[in-house]
Amino acid sequence: MTPERSTRGAAGPSIVLRAVSMSFERNGEPLEVLRDITLTIAQGEFISLLGPSGCGKSTLLRLVADILPPTGGAIEILGTTPADARRTRAFGMVFQQPVLLPWLSVEENVTLPLRIGAWGRTHPSGPSPASLLELVGLQGFEQVRPAQLSGGMQQRVAIARALVSDPRVLLMDEPFGALDAITRDRLNEELLRIWTETRRTILFVTHSIPEAVYLSSRVVVFSPRPAQIRRAIEIGLPYPRRPSMRDTPEFTRFSAELREALEH
Amino acid sequence: MAASGRSPAAEGAATARRPRRRAPGEALWRRHAISIGTFVVVLLLWQAIIVVFHVPVYLAPAPLQVLGALRTETHTLLVNTWPTLIETVLGFVLGNLIAVVTAVGFVHNRTFRHSVYPLAVTVRTLPIVAISPILVLLLGNGYAPKVAIAALITFFPTLVNMADGLNAVDAQALELMRVLSASRWEVFRYLRWPTSLPYLFSALRIASTASLLGAIVGEWIGSNAGLGYLIVAATYDYRTPLLYATMTVASMLALLLFNLVTIVEHYAVPWRPTGGAHVE
Repeated sequence: MTPERSTRGAAGPSIVLRAVSMSFERNGEPLEVLRDITLTIAQGEFISLLGPSGCGKSTLLRLVADILPPTGGAIEILGTTPADARRTRAFGMVFQQPVLLPWLSVEENVTLPLRIGAWGRTHPSGPSPASLLELVGLQGFEQVRPAQLSGGMQQRVAIARALVSDPRVLLMDEPFGALDAITRDRLNEELLRIWTETRRTILFVTHSIPEAVYLSSRVVVFSPRPAQIRRAIEIGLPYPRRPSMRDTPEFTRFSAELREALEH
Repeated sequence: MAASGRSPAAEGAATARRPRRRAPGEALWRRHAISIGTFVVVLLLWQAIIVVFHVPVYLAPAPLQVLGALRTETHTLLVNTWPTLIETVLGFVLGNLIAVVTAVGFVHNRTFRHSVYPLAVTVRTLPIVAISPILVLLLGNGYAPKVAIAALITFFPTLVNMADGLNAVDAQALELMRVLSASRWEVFRYLRWPTSLPYLFSALRIASTASLLGAIVGEWIGSNAGLGYLIVAATYDYRTPLLYATMTVASMLALLLFNLVTIVEHYAVPWRPTGGAHVE
């Protein structure tokens, strides 16, 4: 039995971080980026990592994604190591930039993960590219090249690409940080809808307080470098969330709470 | 399919950018007319100067005399164009092929890069006119030394541009490949190679004219055929109109090769590259 079959769909936690720490070597000096991060994320949670720019929250996401190895502690994704989770495509990743390949069409970009490692041939039961493009609202744009799309549309393509291997977890590194406020709000709506429809665990890095409140079921607040967890705050706003909720006293209270946690 | 709650790509429909179209046909025609007009004016001016100041033909021929030579010496010119063209094309293919393979080696093996790159730079600093006699001594009087010189002259710009192009990949794109557990070959095939193509083609455009130059220089040193040989022969015999006609043919040949590369590039790199390659 492959690890993927034994863990996917199991009832355990989605991601477990145990005393994770990370240091880089910079100009011969050790640079401590993350200190003693312990966190358990349940399956289906929408969890945001909130912290000042450059605090190390993106680094933490890269440790979970097995792009970098942590210098201390342990990470578990669906009961396996990050390396196994990466090999079994337990997670998909969306970066700050769309990172689309300009020589491929929208459809070819979305299906790129299926061609790498012949994933599509060995896992033929994944979601169809057409259904994913519909999910992100890009039906009819299959044959278009990325350069012809706006920044918001490019990031939608990147989300569809992250979902094409049918991962249980979605890792998102400030995916809407480079977009204008209007597009960002719209994509927040889209992301919540996608999350509701697909029920994946989402680990979302942001430095925007309103974005964190609006999207998340829980927000983890980090200190400046070396990043430590200051607080983890449950956002008690009911789903589905509506744009009008941004103007409610509850929304303001959660925002204030997060701001205080960031500044204290 | 229930449409409620789904926002269609309204944003997309409104903001999707069309690829920038070329200037309309009329403006394009106008641009060509201007450049051809300038060319004609320069030729007329040249003709006028020769006639007014009674410049003797052996010093500098008038455009009409060059045109005359192009017509009367068509056979001589054609017979001598073939060897040069063959040397140029062979040198172009050989030099660029070796350069591309070497650049791929650089990307995948650091030791190889550190050992070969300084050597390539050193060879590059040697003046091509000085290497040419050496190659003629080594390789004889046939096509071989000319092909070698043409290859040598194209090798370095392509090597540098190609090595840069293969490394011009976005850091996040490499992270994406990592997340997808892509093999080195897959990273090369899906990411590095397409990224490098715009760089390769700007090097090939340089190489197209440089390889012709290499072949002609090779023919100067030791040859009894080719445009380079014709230039030397015409100069010694004071057949100045033939000399100018040969230059005209060489120039046309260079333009032809350059445009050929540009046309191939248009089909091979249809996406609009954003990062430009640098010119060596």
